[in-house]
Amino acid sequence: MNVPADLKYTASHEWIRAEADGSVTIGITDHAQESLGDLVFIELPEKGRRVTANEACAIVESVKAASDIYAPVAGEIVAVNDAVVGAPEKVNADAYANWLFKLKPVNSADVAKLLDAAAYTAAIGKE
Amino acid sequence: MLKQTALNAVHRAAGAKMVDFGGWEMPLSYGSQIEEHHAVRRDAGMFDVSHMLPVDLAGSGARDFLRYALANNVDKLTVSGKALYSCLLSPDGGVLDDLIVYFLDEDSFRIVVNAATADKDVAWFNKLIAQHAPRLKLTPRRDLAMIAVQGPRARERVWAALPGSAAVTEALKPFVAANFGQYFIARTGYTGEDGFELLVPVARVEATWSALAGFGVRPCGLGARDTLRLEAGMNLYGQDMDETTSPLESGLAWTVDLASVRDFVGKSALVAQHPARQLVGLLLLDKGGVLRSHQKVHTDLGVGEITSGTFSPTLGSSIALARVPAGVAQGTTLRVEVREKQLAARVAKPPFVRQGKILVS
Repeated sequence: MNVPADLKYTASHEWIRAEADGSVTIGITDHAQESLGDLVFIELPEKGRRVTANEACAIVESVKAASDIYAPVAGEIVAVNDAVVGAPEKVNADAYANWLFKLKPVNSADVAKLLDAAAYTAAIGKE
Repeated sequence: MLKQTALNAVHRAAGAKMVDFGGWEMPLSYGSQIEEHHAVRRDAGMFDVSHMLPVDLAGSGARDFLRYALANNVDKLTVSGKALYSCLLSPDGGVLDDLIVYFLDEDSFRIVVNAATADKDVAWFNKLIAQHAPRLKLTPRRDLAMIAVQGPRARERVWAALPGSAAVTEALKPFVAANFGQYFIARTGYTGEDGFELLVPVARVEATWSALAGFGVRPCGLGARDTLRLEAGMNLYGQDMDETTSPLESGLAWTVDLASVRDFVGKSALVAQHPARQLVGLLLLDKGGVLRSHQKVHTDLGVGEITSGTFSPTLGSSIALARVPAGVAQGTTLRVEVREKQLAARVAKPPFVRQGKILVS
């Protein structure tokens, strides 16, 4: 299972990358895309929306199931990746290159508290 | 403990994602289920359907018995090998199962029933036999495995993989079967494509599967099987109809012979019915998600519900079967509740896709 060491993770299978400008980029993990199977629909939040930690703010649907995507930390949505809305299968092809949205955290210290690659690998091993 | 088919280890070795289907551990997909779907529409794919149960009925009076036990009329079967789709009804007209019955000869029929309902069906048939035809013998055939080979190239791949089989099966019309050595080869399926369903002794099924794979037939899982059958407008037992629904409310009136004088189990209940609901096809018009079973449908005549919904790989959009009030007409635009939204969908007559061609717009 592909779990890059330089990213942060949630138990609900989002990956988070801290960017130099203080924002964070969010996507779903390789494990998540593998479990869902062929993705056919993605709905992303409006730019400018403020979300709390663990708030459902996006939806991915595969042929077999729909799944909510949660904000890993509180913040404001500053960018969404329209390319994956038009071609959800890109996320199946490379879940880490094809991000879903970026947010500006209310408190950047929240990001450090998320799971690291080792903890996430252990978490999916228990499923 | 889930039951396993004789091909279980083969599926695992191929990296299949396995799921519980009617108490059986079956392959959902081997990779991309959309690619598996396209393989069947464009070339040839194969499904392990050994969880389904063949049941042989033998003895003098077998036809008379089935004339009473089944909702469709086995008198339509006059040529040896000919198959018929039928509902098995309860006395109150609910659907106990849907099945295929093959006419072998006057005293011998073969019935293929669904996996989850197999034990219930065998018990029901045995009860009817005890009451009405105690000399008949019913034999469940768990010694037989089943592979469905489907797609425009399916038949030629079977002929290549089973040398000698072409001579016996080339002239078979749709919905007819023939014996070839230890194989029972039927030109039937559940995908809307041409192809064969092969019944094969369990001891030979792995070799048969490998031979077909060697000739380029792609292994396909239940995920692709579901999107294919839904595009083809075919019902799934337990989802689109069950014991609580009438065939007249399930798009299956064409399989129920109410016109003839023949009596059959469930007939009097159906004759007394005035169906308030109907099963229709839906095409999603709006973007905003995928149609799924149990989503609510709002029409001018009342509320309905989606029974099966999915993303159609051939159409590139979402389709469904839905049970809605009787009187909702083809072409009507209605609203489906998808999460907090109401999305527009149009009533369309299934099948949506057949033999690779889109039949709705």
